[in-house]
Amino acid sequence: MLKIDNLSVKSGDSVILKNINIEIKESERVFIFGPNGSGKSTLIKTIIGISNYKILNGKIFFKNKDITELKISERAKLGIGIMFQNPPKIYGIKIYQLAKYLCKNENEIKELAEKLRVDELLRRDLNVDLSGGEIKRVELFQVLLQKPKLLLLDEPESGVDIENISVMGKTLNDYLERGNCSALIITHTGYILEYIKGNRGYVMIDGKITCESNPEKILEMIRKYGYEKCEKCYGKENEGI
Amino acid sequence: MDMKNVKNAMEKKMKEFEEANYVGYDFNEKQRAGSFFQKDNEILLSKSLYEGIEILAIEEAIKKYPEVKEKYYGKGFEKISIDFEKETEGGYFIRVKKGVKVIFPIQVCLYLKKNNFKQKIHNIVVVEEKAEVYIITGCTNAKETENAYHLGISEFFVHSGGFLNFTMIHSWKEDITVEPKGVTVVEKDGIFVSNYISLKPVKKITMYPCTILEGENSKARFSSIIISYPNSYHDVGSKCILANKNTSAEIISRSVNYGGTVIARGHIKAISPYVRGHLECKGLLLTEKGTIYAIPELETLYQDVDLTHEAAIGKIKKEEIEYLASRGIPEEEAQSLIIRGFINIEILGLPDIIEKEITKILNKI
Repeated sequence: MLKIDNLSVKSGDSVILKNINIEIKESERVFIFGPNGSGKSTLIKTIIGISNYKILNGKIFFKNKDITELKISERAKLGIGIMFQNPPKIYGIKIYQLAKYLCKNENEIKELAEKLRVDELLRRDLNVDLSGGEIKRVELFQVLLQKPKLLLLDEPESGVDIENISVMGKTLNDYLERGNCSALIITHTGYILEYIKGNRGYVMIDGKITCESNPEKILEMIRKYGYEKCEKCYGKENEGI
Repeated sequence: MDMKNVKNAMEKKMKEFEEANYVGYDFNEKQRAGSFFQKDNEILLSKSLYEGIEILAIEEAIKKYPEVKEKYYGKGFEKISIDFEKETEGGYFIRVKKGVKVIFPIQVCLYLKKNNFKQKIHNIVVVEEKAEVYIITGCTNAKETENAYHLGISEFFVHSGGFLNFTMIHSWKEDITVEPKGVTVVEKDGIFVSNYISLKPVKKITMYPCTILEGENSKARFSSIIISYPNSYHDVGSKCILANKNTSAEIISRSVNYGGTVIARGHIKAISPYVRGHLECKGLLLTEKGTIYAIPELETLYQDVDLTHEAAIGKIKKEEIEYLASRGIPEEEAQSLIIRGFINIEILGLPDIIEKEITKILNKI
């Protein structure tokens, strides 16, 4: 489904991602862990094509097609959907206006809006005057209406209260199961793992993948020892141990 | 005339003055409280469709009612000590009688047809005590008109507890020069809402009307939406004088510039304590060729006032385009969606019927 081949990326003068290789097969859910500033969001934004990030080397393939140079909207049309961590506020464009653009079936919009508890927010401007949790639910609402085949989720649960994490987690899992959809999910807290079973997890530190394992296992290690252990692991790897 | 003939005559008019249809003028006059139509210096129609509303040519009103000259003509400009052009021909006199409230708008069309013609008119609107009215004025020209000029002198009087919602839509072309000059006087508890919309290219528009909130608790709100094009020059704004306690004013302006010159002014002046005013001026510059010059001014003679402003000009944020593109919306379409959102006419707070008219106009640009 997605293949990231030896990808290095810079933003401004700093190199953020260094020779990343990740492959996600159909229906696979892959988790990425890592401390703040390690490059996780950059990876996701580079996959969708955000222009702040310049590719130094490497390629991105989606459904065996090289999408490295494609426009963002074309990537989305091929079936990549993204849930941003901090989406921009856009005045004058209503949430329901975008929903109608993404999905022609009014009933489907209504049903999903109720499920994700965003039905009261539909007449608001995009991401304007919404709480952190509301922004996440509206992001999930939009991206699911897109019906993507690959979901890129940037900390879907951060800032969301426990009750709504459950609503979001279940809806997400339901979509992934039913739609044979793949996902690349960044998580800090790991709460989302209670709802979505991961096939694989990676730890990213300083723009490099330092560890690949079962995501539950990685989370357990991080909870016990913090990222310190991962960094040591990375150090050893660098020393060739 | 039977119905068929009426219909034919109307269709002929709609065709003859096609451009009027794009500035909110409805020849059917359904959902209208009255109509006034002036072509160059010729008044084609002045008609009230509602009891308690008078619509006359200004010259006729001056002849018929001595109070027009005594109480209104030139009296607004006197208050702000500004001289005005007296050599005018035509213009409307609209009076809404005490306590009369009408939901449907009165429609006005000021139309330029002859080449090199200078249309100079004087308009007076009187909203009597506790009366309420909406006026939609469309100013435009025939397709073939060349080098014409429009000078509109307007004086509006909102008496105690009155309400006037005045929407002006300009739709000109590249060689037309326009200079509206206006004064509005609002008495105690009166409300004046002014909406200005200019969506087509024009050679030059200079417009800086002044409103005096003379009576206690009177309020005014000014909104403007301007789209500018290469070789167009807009120097547009509103000035409001807060002259009594508990008066308040809000000025909101949005300009989208495809390469012209836009000077967006706004001036709120407090000459009384215990007043409130807010100015919001936003502009989008879509090419490197255009200019936006935002001049928000606040002025007070007293300490106990609450006057604020915010201004923001610049280009469309790339982040916003890319966000919409990530939802599968092509980048160019995302940009126009953002522009539509920016000039969101909901900020005008128009009644549904006028909002629909303007949405129709916006959808044509």
